[in-house]
Amino acid sequence: MLHIVSQYLHTSAELYPEHIALADGKRKISYADFLAEAECIAAGLVRRKRFKKPVAVLMDKSAQAVAAFLGVAMSGNFYTVIDTKMPETRVEKILDTFRPAAILTDRKNAKKAESLVDSCGADLMSYEDTIGASIDEGLREEMKQAEARIIDTDILYVLFTSGSTGIPKGVIITHRSVIDYTEWASETFGLDHDTVFGNQAPFYFDNSVLDIYSAVRNGATLHVIPQMNFAFPIRLLEYVRDNGINTVFWVPTVLSRIADMGILDKCDVSCLKKVLFAGEVMPARQLNVWIKKLPEALFANLYGPTEITVDCTYYIVDREISDKESVPIGYPCMNTDILVLNEKNEPAATGEKGELCVRGSSLALGYYNNPEKTEAAFVQNPLNTTYRELIYRTGDIVHYNERGEIIYDGRADSQVKHTGHRIELGEIETAVSSLPGIAMNCCLHKIETDQLVLYYTGDIESEEIRIELAVLLPEYMLPNICVKLAQMPLNMNGKIDRLKLRGSMSDLTV
Amino acid sequence: MEQNNERVIIGEMLKEIRPEFDFSESDNFVEDGMLDSFDIITLTNMLEERFGIKIDGLDIVPENFYTVGSIAELVRKSGEK
Repeated sequence: MLHIVSQYLHTSAELYPEHIALADGKRKISYADFLAEAECIAAGLVRRKRFKKPVAVLMDKSAQAVAAFLGVAMSGNFYTVIDTKMPETRVEKILDTFRPAAILTDRKNAKKAESLVDSCGADLMSYEDTIGASIDEGLREEMKQAEARIIDTDILYVLFTSGSTGIPKGVIITHRSVIDYTEWASETFGLDHDTVFGNQAPFYFDNSVLDIYSAVRNGATLHVIPQMNFAFPIRLLEYVRDNGINTVFWVPTVLSRIADMGILDKCDVSCLKKVLFAGEVMPARQLNVWIKKLPEALFANLYGPTEITVDCTYYIVDREISDKESVPIGYPCMNTDILVLNEKNEPAATGEKGELCVRGSSLALGYYNNPEKTEAAFVQNPLNTTYRELIYRTGDIVHYNERGEIIYDGRADSQVKHTGHRIELGEIETAVSSLPGIAMNCCLHKIETDQLVLYYTGDIESEEIRIELAVLLPEYMLPNICVKLAQMPLNMNGKIDRLKLRGSMSDLTV
Repeated sequence: MEQNNERVIIGEMLKEIRPEFDFSESDNFVEDGMLDSFDIITLTNMLEERFGIKIDGLDIVPENFYTVGSIAELVRKSGEK
């Protein structure tokens, strides 16, 4: 019975031992070697008698980091990913909550790991030393027994997201949730042994879960694309072309930038057959540039917060989307139920806005070491009064259109009252992003003065924006102030840093 | 004269983007990890804005960002297009 993710690896290593599993610009690893390295990591933890314990992985983004994750999983423990470039204060806050039993690191980050071990008392495990150690028969038997004890509701990973109070929240995801997600993704997008993934998402960002576990499940190849290629998009396209990458799951900012630069004509990436995106709103205008260039490829918009295991809805582009439309987030993933609840906690009618709530095996167990936050976000389904049934309230506002597709409207906390009108800031942003010349934009509400402030980057002047927006939006939704920026502040995940922009709003004197 | 001026401006931009680094110490900003992908986006936007140029996507390659000299050359080349 399939119930833990390490079974994926055992199966793929048996079926395709010589096939390239992981590549990262420095190394290429076959499935046989992938399994061998993961087993060594598992052995290191089993030898220390660790079971159901937290393990922090502090390693460069690499093929061996993926082997480390599977190794931790196989040993019956669970991991969190610490970004090697994360500011130390944030790392400390995470470790304060996570309290790892071990920190697994590579040679390059050993110094940093050592100082962390001193402050949190975890074991220090070096990846290179651990995969060099031999496994005797007794230990191998112990590993087998440990793996046999794991059940599908045991934790696989904990990913930390930024909490509004500044204390990171660790979202707890089980084997069962990842299997549920991976099976859905493989079936829905036709992922198989011939799939060649080009991974962009950092491993501390849950989009990478699709890349990693779909690859391992299908015995496919996962290219961990060297980060620098994302600074130089033409190099990125060349990397895709030269490695025959046929499937990508990237954030919209990367896809939009390539579209805006007009370089899709300069490098033949017709090898790309599946282009998935999530994490932010994908502007239709830039999406259409891609579709025009790759008319045969599948394009899909995925949506979901970390708390429901990467994604809970998806939309495979199946019709022409006008530049001014917002790309639907579509339909619930298989084995996932979506409830759109209005302010009275009743199901919203077609066209009526409500909060998107999720029910299913994909639900996180909550926030690690944080029962208060867990109880606030994972609540009893208000439509069910007869037995315990949890839903997750996303805080995202959506509605159903006439086609029955779910349309994303914005964050519950981005709904503002402006000159007496209730406004979804996301709606303004969608309109702005349809204007030619706009690269990125973010709209905020300045409460003190009741003004809508638009921040944007691109090749267009603010007077022009107002003129063109007047055709698309009612007058009360037109930004009062348009601020052109040379750069859009981005957070660690490459999303627009709204908090930072909010902070800079007080400097506006208009 | 004008070229030197350009270099000074570029130097100031780099300092603004990554105040923690001493760019004069490096002869390859990319290899030395002083500019990440966000920084390159920021810098190209700043260059386009400040010098009124449009940088071709094909020119956004590592070798054009190694040193202040190569960035200045990129600006010159982009201005001619």
